[in-house]
Amino acid sequence: MREQGIGASVRRKEDQRFLLGKGRYTGDINVAGQTHAYFLRSPHAHAVIEGIDTSAATAAPGVVAVLTGDDLAADGIGPLICGVTVTSDDGEPHRAPAHPALAQGKVNYVGDHVAVVIAETLTQAQDAAELVDVKYRPLPAVSSTGEAASEGQQQIHDVAPDNVCFNWPFGDKAANDEAFASAHRISSIELTNNRMVTNPMEPRAALGEYNSGTEEITLHMTTQNPHVHRLVLAAFNQLAPEHKLRVVGPDVGGGFGAKIFVYAEELVVGWACRKVNRPVKWTGDRSEAFMADAHGRDHVSRAEMALDENGRFLAMRVQTTANLGAYLSTFSTMVPSYLYAFLLAGQYATPLIYSEVKAVFTNTAPVDASRGAGRPEATYLLERLVDVCAADMDLDPAEIRRRNFIPKDAFPYQTPVVQCYDSGDYEAALDQAMELADYAGFAARAEEARSRGKLRGIGFSSYVEACGIAPSAAVGQLGGGVGLWESAQVRFNPTGNVQVFTGTHSHGQGHETTFAQLVCDQLGVPFENIEVIHGDTARTQFGMGTYGSRSLAVGGVAIAKACDKLIAKGRKIAAHAMEAAEGDIEFADGNYTVAGTDKSMNIAEVAFTAYVPHNYPEGVEPGFDENAFFDPMNFSFPAGTHICEVEVDPDTGVVEIADYTAVDDFGKLVNPMIVEGQVHGGIVHGIGQALLEGCRYDSDGQLVTASFMDYAMPRADNAPDFRVGYAPTDPPHNPLGVKGCGEAGAIGAPPAVINAIANAIGARHVEMPATPETVWRACQSAA
Amino acid sequence: MYSFSYHRPASVAEAADLIANAADGKLVAGGQTLLPTMKHRLASPSDVIDLGAIAELGGIVVNGNIVTIGAMTPHAEVAASGEVQEAIPALAALAGNIGDPAVRNRGTIGGSIANNDPAADYPAAVIALGATVRTNRREIAGEDFFTGMFETALEEDEIIVAVDFPRPEAAAYMKFENPASRYAIVGVFIARTAVGARAAITGATDCAHRAHQLEEALANDFSPAALDDFQAPVDRMNADIHASAEYRAHLVRVMAQRAVAACA
Repeated sequence: MREQGIGASVRRKEDQRFLLGKGRYTGDINVAGQTHAYFLRSPHAHAVIEGIDTSAATAAPGVVAVLTGDDLAADGIGPLICGVTVTSDDGEPHRAPAHPALAQGKVNYVGDHVAVVIAETLTQAQDAAELVDVKYRPLPAVSSTGEAASEGQQQIHDVAPDNVCFNWPFGDKAANDEAFASAHRISSIELTNNRMVTNPMEPRAALGEYNSGTEEITLHMTTQNPHVHRLVLAAFNQLAPEHKLRVVGPDVGGGFGAKIFVYAEELVVGWACRKVNRPVKWTGDRSEAFMADAHGRDHVSRAEMALDENGRFLAMRVQTTANLGAYLSTFSTMVPSYLYAFLLAGQYATPLIYSEVKAVFTNTAPVDASRGAGRPEATYLLERLVDVCAADMDLDPAEIRRRNFIPKDAFPYQTPVVQCYDSGDYEAALDQAMELADYAGFAARAEEARSRGKLRGIGFSSYVEACGIAPSAAVGQLGGGVGLWESAQVRFNPTGNVQVFTGTHSHGQGHETTFAQLVCDQLGVPFENIEVIHGDTARTQFGMGTYGSRSLAVGGVAIAKACDKLIAKGRKIAAHAMEAAEGDIEFADGNYTVAGTDKSMNIAEVAFTAYVPHNYPEGVEPGFDENAFFDPMNFSFPAGTHICEVEVDPDTGVVEIADYTAVDDFGKLVNPMIVEGQVHGGIVHGIGQALLEGCRYDSDGQLVTASFMDYAMPRADNAPDFRVGYAPTDPPHNPLGVKGCGEAGAIGAPPAVINAIANAIGARHVEMPATPETVWRACQSAA
Repeated sequence: MYSFSYHRPASVAEAADLIANAADGKLVAGGQTLLPTMKHRLASPSDVIDLGAIAELGGIVVNGNIVTIGAMTPHAEVAASGEVQEAIPALAALAGNIGDPAVRNRGTIGGSIANNDPAADYPAAVIALGATVRTNRREIAGEDFFTGMFETALEEDEIIVAVDFPRPEAAAYMKFENPASRYAIVGVFIARTAVGARAAITGATDCAHRAHQLEEALANDFSPAALDDFQAPVDRMNADIHASAEYRAHLVRVMAQRAVAACA
């Protein structure tokens, strides 16, 4: 292992600029002549717009333009799209209502975009927005996930009767029913997966600039995937031809999924800068983030497991209603379908799984991917159900898992729900987690807690996720409109340093460090001579961005492949320079050597020779700069077991996370320190969902949790020190042997926490977020 | 935020003059409530009179059995004050657990009690400790000061100068925090004084108030067990997404018992 190569916990390169306050976010960028955009938003959850009078606002001081949906339509700017088709049970594609970036005749959630005011200052824009006279005719609102499709509910979209987007059954129902009919026992659970506001630290922002000379639009924005934004804005929204649109995601302060999507604001900013022929800047505030960022989760489910007399799983069936909000966000349809139902096998060899997902519209903000996206919902449902099964069968929760695990010699393992797991050793992770958590000592700890008046509980969560998104052919078969390969370009400069261009985007993940380690390891170039460049469609070749724990597992492999090409080309150049046969040249640790001699040439010298090709092999192009694309052959399947211990104060219902152990299989670790940071962050995210975070709308569709005064995010004192371990297996489909780690904690943690609470208080189930009152009430009923 | 005229007087007299002559003036102490409200355009005062430069409003003085805290003293200063920690440790602890460090470094005792948020911490201490609120016009008994939700006994343009806290024999404040805002869902302040137990409740109802029933229950037996059968009136309790009335009523007892235990 090189000192700063694969496997080394190298300190993050990017922290130098972040810690010095030298990061450059969209909000930091200001240009001459810049105007400011302010969005007038709907105060109603559901209303017909009978008229918009912008005349007073247009005449207000400093106003450059007041634009509405009519202006947008007149300019041929298309509605926002959803890029994945799900076929409903009637054989038709999911119902897709028009999603205009600025309302056309109707608003469908609080925060929906009614008009935009462009003015010289933000204050002038806000002042003018108060002068826009909008005549609303309010309609009844639909805000409950479970009741959205019930009889008598107001229909939101003409194209979606009963507010249903799709009904999507998956699996062999008849075989499943048969297994249930002959089961020794059936265990069941009903639960909700609470809606979350993703809340990255930096709210969304955009700065649009139009050059009338080149007819090019440059859009700086908070994005996890600049090329995807460019592609969709060009191809579907007609903002500008792709070659005349530059999207730049500079430093971005966290995404967690919320910055994947194409939103109204960024599109409108890009359009408006050309319309007013001035730069236009919009900086969202936290209130806007709460109202109009895509939210996550929001399922209501019932699940049943058929068991034999030994506690083995025979079949599982699931009914889920998933809330997609008022409109379909960019990838919304795939989250409660392919990213959910295809993960319902979990770590278990359950032979039959049948699921029915009903996706519904409500008068709430659009719901789309948020850290984990579908997989946390599947894992929570399954791992809660497994604990209920254990209770019903009077089995230890570890034992029932062990009895049902897919054995390690069964890989590759074809699940009944499409996914074929390529590698795993679930028992190894469970064993290590139980050891680290001192499971054997739990009874004594619980007794000691009782002496202090506390109820101590322990909870398991054995999760598997599919990430490294995604094999393009599989995406296409499932109705996705894109390929999910990744690209890289690795360029030596003549002086021997290296620039790595990646199509992924780092917004907190530490790619600038991890990817530099990969290149350092492979090319033998000193770490400090490597710069990773991302986030600008004008600088990087192409890319699909960062989400679904794909950056290393897909993007990293593309970098490695580009390095392979450089090494191969360098072999020819070195052979010529050292007057040896190409076959006699060996490459190791940055040096080409002639086998069996002491003749050697460093790769930096080879690079120089390639740019100054005075003495050069015939037929070889000058230059030392290669690109590569990598399309994965399969998803990757990180897995692991998390064990949580809680202490509940029965007098108040307050839950303290007393201990937390995570043993994960991420394959090979490139930077263990960064991986551990991702594990910590993911677990805290999951603890947030389990204990604190619950996005609530009232029956009128008003967002009740619209600020941090009412929406509780996890803080440092909500989490203990974590015990972190690894039980890696080698994924045969991934050339680097890596699996991805960014979402695992958020997937594994919620059921571990809730299982621990249920164990502590002797309850069958406790809903998330397990707030003190929820837990106190559960204690009352359990007592 | 809308435009407004900003003033920074150097004396209470000057501040009183400015507020009296403003069309729709607002005094600002630490600004922890007023400024967010203005930023959201929910308040639009014509004039903002900043009390931050008035030396006579600052400082902590202990004189015999009275701890005097100037109206503009930030929570962090109260929390860190050795004199307050010695005389009324429960008061220092209360101040040290308001909001977060940024709030504690800007927010002041005068601002907190003048605003009288129903979930604020200081009102419980002012009432339970039998404090006196001194203004530029008069003295107001602590338990008479808080008159309703965001309402106080202050007259128009009256300015709080300081709060005088008598030293109790023992005191404790137990706050059940809203996990998001860290305001009190229920806060109970109990003081054992020479004339008996005094108690105040914040967060639970529309306004912080003296809890006579708690005091009666503790009169003959100042112990947690004396409150075993205590029941706060559910119908007077607040109810919101964070806690139902029934849960709040339950928490009043639990917090009161813990506060009594902490007085030991």
